[in-house]
Amino acid sequence: MAEMMYRDALNRALFEEMRRDPFVFVMGENIGWRGGSYKVTEGLMDEFGSERVIDTPIAEASFTGAAVGAALVGTRPVVELLFIDFILLTMDQIVNQAAKYKFMSGGQGHVPMVLRTQGGMGNGLAAQHSQSLEALFYHIPGLKVVMPSVPCDAYGLLVASIRDDEPVIFIEHKLLYMTKGEVPEEKYVIPLGEAHIKKTGEDVTLLTYSHMTLKCLEAAELLEREGISVEVVDLRTLKPLDTKTILASARKTGRVIVVHEACRRGGIGGDIAAMIMEEAYDDLDGPVARICGKDTSIPYNLNLENACVPTVEEIIEGVVKMV
Amino acid sequence: MPRNTINIPDKIEYLSILNEKGELDAGLEPDIPEELLLKLHRALLLSRKFDERLLNLQRQGRIGTFPPINGQEAAQLGAVALLRPSDWMVPAFRETAAEIWRGRSLESVIIYNNGYSEGAEIPQDLNNLPISVPVGSQILHAVGLGWAAKYRQTDDVAMTFFGDGATSEGDFHEGLNFAGVFQAPVIFVCQNNHWAISLPVAKQTRSKTLAQKALAYGMPGIQVDGNDILAVYAAAKEAVDRARADQGPTLIECVTYRMAVHTTADDPKRYRTEKEVDKWRKRDPIVRFQKYLVDKGLLSEDKIAGIESEVLEVIQAAVDGAEEKMKALGDPIDMFEHAYAEMPAYLKEQKEAFVTEVAEMTEEGDHG
Ligand SMILES: Cc1ncc(C[n+]2csc(CCOP(=O)(O)OP(=O)(O)O)c2C)c(N)n1
Ligand SMILES: [Mg+2]
Repeated sequence: MAEMMYRDALNRALFEEMRRDPFVFVMGENIGWRGGSYKVTEGLMDEFGSERVIDTPIAEASFTGAAVGAALVGTRPVVELLFIDFILLTMDQIVNQAAKYKFMSGGQGHVPMVLRTQGGMGNGLAAQHSQSLEALFYHIPGLKVVMPSVPCDAYGLLVASIRDDEPVIFIEHKLLYMTKGEVPEEKYVIPLGEAHIKKTGEDVTLLTYSHMTLKCLEAAELLEREGISVEVVDLRTLKPLDTKTILASARKTGRVIVVHEACRRGGIGGDIAAMIMEEAYDDLDGPVARICGKDTSIPYNLNLENACVPTVEEIIEGVVKMV
Repeated sequence: MPRNTINIPDKIEYLSILNEKGELDAGLEPDIPEELLLKLHRALLLSRKFDERLLNLQRQGRIGTFPPINGQEAAQLGAVALLRPSDWMVPAFRETAAEIWRGRSLESVIIYNNGYSEGAEIPQDLNNLPISVPVGSQILHAVGLGWAAKYRQTDDVAMTFFGDGATSEGDFHEGLNFAGVFQAPVIFVCQNNHWAISLPVAKQTRSKTLAQKALAYGMPGIQVDGNDILAVYAAAKEAVDRARADQGPTLIECVTYRMAVHTTADDPKRYRTEKEVDKWRKRDPIVRFQKYLVDKGLLSEDKIAGIESEVLEVIQAAVDGAEEKMKALGDPIDMFEHAYAEMPAYLKEQKEAFVTEVAEMTEEGDHG
């Protein structure tokens, strides 16, 4: 095992997959000589050159659409969209094209592309650089959505996403890039659609993903000292969703809270809560709760920004209220 | 079945009036009143000095990340000087000089760059839009503003700024096309500063010029020395006159250079050479304009020094004023404001719950 930063784990996955499969290539803005704004593509240009590490013009719809075309003939584009906020410029290519190609071609057209992007608040970058937009993609049939929280998951899930034959929206979080964790030295793959129980517990289940996993773990640890045993389930992949693990944990504790940074209204918490109540109602001690971002745009100012998304205190309070 | 040449006005002019050595092409010299020349000169100095001060504040942690404009002052001011107050000015994010010319306060720039959206509020009497971060998106708003000016039967125009990188976005092409089809009174001012973060303009487009892209949309395009404020002014004057006379839009490519970092979070050493930057340092827009004004007898070394200390005082007062004002900003409860004109019930509930929560936390804190 080696300690590694989240961004280096992603970088390692890109290196290994590009060495393994000559059809894997990366494309995006400022990813080549500059190594990407969050340094995930650092060093790729030196090893693989500008044929496979493509610095594109500033035109998101063009290179995302071109990636769909290239993927149709069996290459595996890994496109970087620096901010999930700018993925909105590519929505036709993702939603109408990539997600539907197979469906509309009687199963003939495969689009094995990965769209790596980054979301969330935390760096004081204001409303157009801080959004959590995963629900948009969760809603679209034909897409897969991956949101890892720790370096070892980031590595294994990116490898799996690149090898997957469907379009995968791979969403990183700006506050995670510099976080560290153990990553096994041997190569491995984490299949898409498997949640991971980051901490086992008996009293309450926290269902979460991405950066909120770290906050939930912190809250769980503090609650443990108060004698409340919390299970933290990191969903890791939102689509396909690991309903088996979710339901097993819900049945075990009988008390569930979904925690996410994205706004409450129309967030995936509502969908997961409904699913649990449909499938495991009789095993619950009460309704599934949600702790989510406020229904407002992310403010520019750091004070306001921090108040806008769930805090560790809020999670603790939510759990305490439930037991 | 011939194979004929279709005649398209395929001529793209390059305009330079005051070259980097300060030599004047007197035949092309625009007729600018002395008062305006001096006002432009002060604005150039003010924006340069303000930019330097912002960088300084950023390094001290007194403001957040911002995009410096150093080197691009003339390309902005020469164009925006043609606007009347009732015209619209639509910036991207690197047009601080143009914004200040149009009445934005230095204080508001500092406040905004500290992460307070209060700094983005625009006084009601100014027809400016706020900065736009998604590259190219503002171009379409300018097209709409221009179209609306025409619809309302005024002779107002809209001028929008954007970078070389923005010319690759669909918004640029769709905006120019719309303006061309509807003959909207819009002046598209491209600040070709040679770089889009780490991507050089030669990798942004295969076109020889950015100006020529105008031709495909049926409007005139011109390339000017963007560090020559006289050339920028002359080209913008022709464009604004045409737009006011209902003769449609124009694309102006100002060839200039981003002397500093992309934003203060960037390190250009990773992708460009110091030699290239030095080459452009010799083409400074302010030095040559000062020589021009001294030659005309409008300025002297002493007068320049006087203006410099005057603008430095203005800047200092703005820094002090902004830092004072910011003490009253940043209450988290403000995050619920401005999502809707009338706050929906569910948001009111969230706001009330938040107020209670904060009150409880403060109380607990008081006891402990
Ligand atoms: C739609 C969109 N894509 C990407 C970005 C990230 N980005 C910010 S500025 C910039 C480069 C813009 O270059 P240019 O248009 O030449 O303007 P300059 O920065 O040189 O003033 C990029 C890619 C963004 N803000 N918006
Ligand atoms: Mg540029």
